[in-house]
Amino acid sequence: MQEDPGIKALLGGHLRENGMLLALVAIVFFFTLVVRLMLDVDFLSAQNITNLFLQNSYVIIMALGMLLVIVAGHIDLSIGSVVGFTGAVAAVLTVNLDWPVIAVIPACLAVGGLIGAAQGYWIAYWRIPSFIVTLAGMLVFRGSTLWLLGGQNIGPFPKTFQSLSTGFIPDVFGTADETLFGLERLNGTALLLVAVAAGAVIWFGWRARSRDANFGMTPEPMGLFVARNIVLAAALIFVGYKLAQFRGLPNVVLVLTVLTVLYAFFTENTTTGRRIYALGGNEKAAKLSGIRTNRLVFFCFVNMGVLAALAGMIVAARLNSSTPKAGGGFELDVIAAVFIGGASMTGGSGKILGVVVGALIMGVMNNGMSILGIGIDYQQVIKGLVLLAAVIFDVYNKNK
Amino acid sequence: MPTLLEMRGISKVFPGVRALDHVNLTVEAGEIHAICGENGAGKSTLMKVLSGVYPHGSYEGEIFYDGQPLTLRTIRDSERKGIIIIHQELALVPLLSIAENLFLGNEVAKRGVIHWPETFQKTERLLAKVGLTDAPTTRVEKLGVGKQQLIEIAKALAKDVRLLILDEPTAALQENDSATLLDLMLELKAQGVTQIIISHKLNEIGRVADRIIVLRDGATVSTINRADISEDRIIRDMVGRDMAHRYPDRVPSIGETLMEVSGWNVWHPDQAGRQMIRDVSLTVRKGEIVGIAGLMGTGRTELAMSLFGHSYGRDISGAVRMNGVPVDTSTVVKAVAAGLSYVTEDRKALGLVLEEPIVRNITLANLTGVSSRGVLDKRVETQVAETYRKAMAIRTPGVFQKVVNLSGGNQQKVVLSKWLFTDPKVLILDEPTRGIDVGAKFEIYNIMNDLAAMGKGVIMISSEMPELLGMCDRIYVMNEGRIMGELTRAEASQERIMAMILKTDGRAA
Repeated sequence: MQEDPGIKALLGGHLRENGMLLALVAIVFFFTLVVRLMLDVDFLSAQNITNLFLQNSYVIIMALGMLLVIVAGHIDLSIGSVVGFTGAVAAVLTVNLDWPVIAVIPACLAVGGLIGAAQGYWIAYWRIPSFIVTLAGMLVFRGSTLWLLGGQNIGPFPKTFQSLSTGFIPDVFGTADETLFGLERLNGTALLLVAVAAGAVIWFGWRARSRDANFGMTPEPMGLFVARNIVLAAALIFVGYKLAQFRGLPNVVLVLTVLTVLYAFFTENTTTGRRIYALGGNEKAAKLSGIRTNRLVFFCFVNMGVLAALAGMIVAARLNSSTPKAGGGFELDVIAAVFIGGASMTGGSGKILGVVVGALIMGVMNNGMSILGIGIDYQQVIKGLVLLAAVIFDVYNKNK
Repeated sequence: MPTLLEMRGISKVFPGVRALDHVNLTVEAGEIHAICGENGAGKSTLMKVLSGVYPHGSYEGEIFYDGQPLTLRTIRDSERKGIIIIHQELALVPLLSIAENLFLGNEVAKRGVIHWPETFQKTERLLAKVGLTDAPTTRVEKLGVGKQQLIEIAKALAKDVRLLILDEPTAALQENDSATLLDLMLELKAQGVTQIIISHKLNEIGRVADRIIVLRDGATVSTINRADISEDRIIRDMVGRDMAHRYPDRVPSIGETLMEVSGWNVWHPDQAGRQMIRDVSLTVRKGEIVGIAGLMGTGRTELAMSLFGHSYGRDISGAVRMNGVPVDTSTVVKAVAAGLSYVTEDRKALGLVLEEPIVRNITLANLTGVSSRGVLDKRVETQVAETYRKAMAIRTPGVFQKVVNLSGGNQQKVVLSKWLFTDPKVLILDEPTRGIDVGAKFEIYNIMNDLAAMGKGVIMISSEMPELLGMCDRIYVMNEGRIMGELTRAEASQERIMAMILKTDGRAA
């Protein structure tokens, strides 16, 4: 029964995912080399890797929500302003009103959800283009941020709130065991979690592969599968090892990982996730298949708002103050990450893992170019060209 | 009268289809020449050859215009010769004014700068010719369809038309608008404009046409002169085609009434006051295949979509019963829950998510059937898809192929699978074999027979009459949003259906 779909189709199916991963590895390698040669500094030092995640966590978090919005065939330009606004709300609540952190976090997430709902309502039920609604939102919430903060910075935050961004998971094996495996100052929790994560990646990859085989799907070639998983696991363990050398696993990285797994599961394994893809792929057909498309679009924007609020708090915690300009331009970084990650402008396609890799590519480039002292002018030009190249690569593959 | 146009032995072949087969057409200067034929008989193709849509060289045969050989490369070429075609779908820009539309691409301008006073002056003159008094600055969207049709004609006049081709000009018009248009045609004829009209409405043709050519299956069947025009004669010439064994045999086993629709009324979603479906009632029994006949644009799809979750129209009234119990079909979810399925006429735009694999399309309408508490079981999902792939003989390397890569027939099987997986009681199939090759058609017919044998009710909407006659136990004939009548398998014939559709005296007031 089984016919050979042909090498091209096979590679085409996996080319994108593997290609992006390869690009990320290549970019990391490039910067490691160049930074070493030019500045004699270790690009992959424990501190820099920690920094990389701290600097880019908010982009990845929002990219998860933005993927859903873009898959549904929409766009959200307001998230940068929402980051600023929710950060301001957090500052007012904690610093001015002395709310406990445990109450501030859900309150801010709720504010983000409400903002998403307010925008999603017009987009989903009144069919006003999301570009326009969220462009308006961008202005409205930037203005609201200014108003809320009275044009000034509010801070500093209490330690507990700061730990949202700058905290690390404590070492369950006691502090800095100096003799573990003869290495110095390794964080046990970080190592353990990373080892578990690497194991999980391989286990789930293997399970999916054998399941494909059971169903008569042609699996990707064994060599490719093994190579990719070795690279992935090695990268994970390497990153974990480096983090363990420094201060351990940042809280943000844990949040990030949990969210990524959650959203990957949601998009690929739940009925709601599936319906969002169908809605983006062909809204009319989805509607005629009994899918409540309006409700899904609404949900995507509420979700985006909540994630933007989370990002807003992380940004505020990292800067240790809320500033009227916080989050400016973030929407562009996030949208770029989603498109670099392989989502289609017309909706209906894109994967969570692709988006995370896309965001990391952007992050590594930001970080690497800053270390090299490349001016912001060149940085922008290069980032723009990378975005364009990634999408051209996609279109080229599709047409071939 | 001198001959203005002569088309000799025109043949046009598309991959797999001979759309035109040595068609001859002679049009005298100053006459109104009508072209009749069923959907797909080749009328529009012939006119596209004449107007340069299909350039010289892409067809066989010769065209003489004014005694000269005519070799057109583009539509612009034909317009320069004064041959202007007005298509069924109007080609007006709704947000531009009447004046801007009339001279679109043909502006009264010097070096690209438009001379507005002269434009308006000319516009007013042209509007007067077609009997309109609207201001030249009125936006076209503000006008009704009838007036828009007249604007199209004025646009043709602006280009010094000599041969005007109207493709079903009154299809979307109400009675008095149609009358105005026909009067205008006669007036233009008096001014010496030669015209070709394509129409299904025989009473209108009888009123304006000097001669009629009847096409069937891409060939000329007859040319009828004004003196010999009769509706019966035209109908006979239009349909007289042999019916070979193109339909699988089936012994119907028909049970009790499954679905009953009564007093169904639907209004146009945008155009206020335009009723699309008028007081339609119909029944479907268990194991029965019921046909709905009618020409395109008579409201068959609108009826089906309004029944299926009120997906078309507004101010919908009427009742639907399933097994004698009234059911609510006001949303797609409710309609599906009530046991109704609708296989759309436009597979690609409305039926499938083309960029997704077969498996995802098959389970789309019933994801709860392959999940528990909102989490998909992909193992079960794949098994479901495999089951349908085998049952329907969907020819594909695997269920993870994107549906965009499948042929029309296989795509249709995917859509059918999707709806069968919702376990419907009644399936409405809207043009289920459109754009499908003959072999795949036969397979779809077999699937339909299987469905009926399983005790499901099947409603089949089709523009191809032989198909309805070959498949259906009962046929409703629709025209202009009404059911004109009902024929059993024994009673039904192409002539009777055509007569029910076309004959003006058969219509309820």
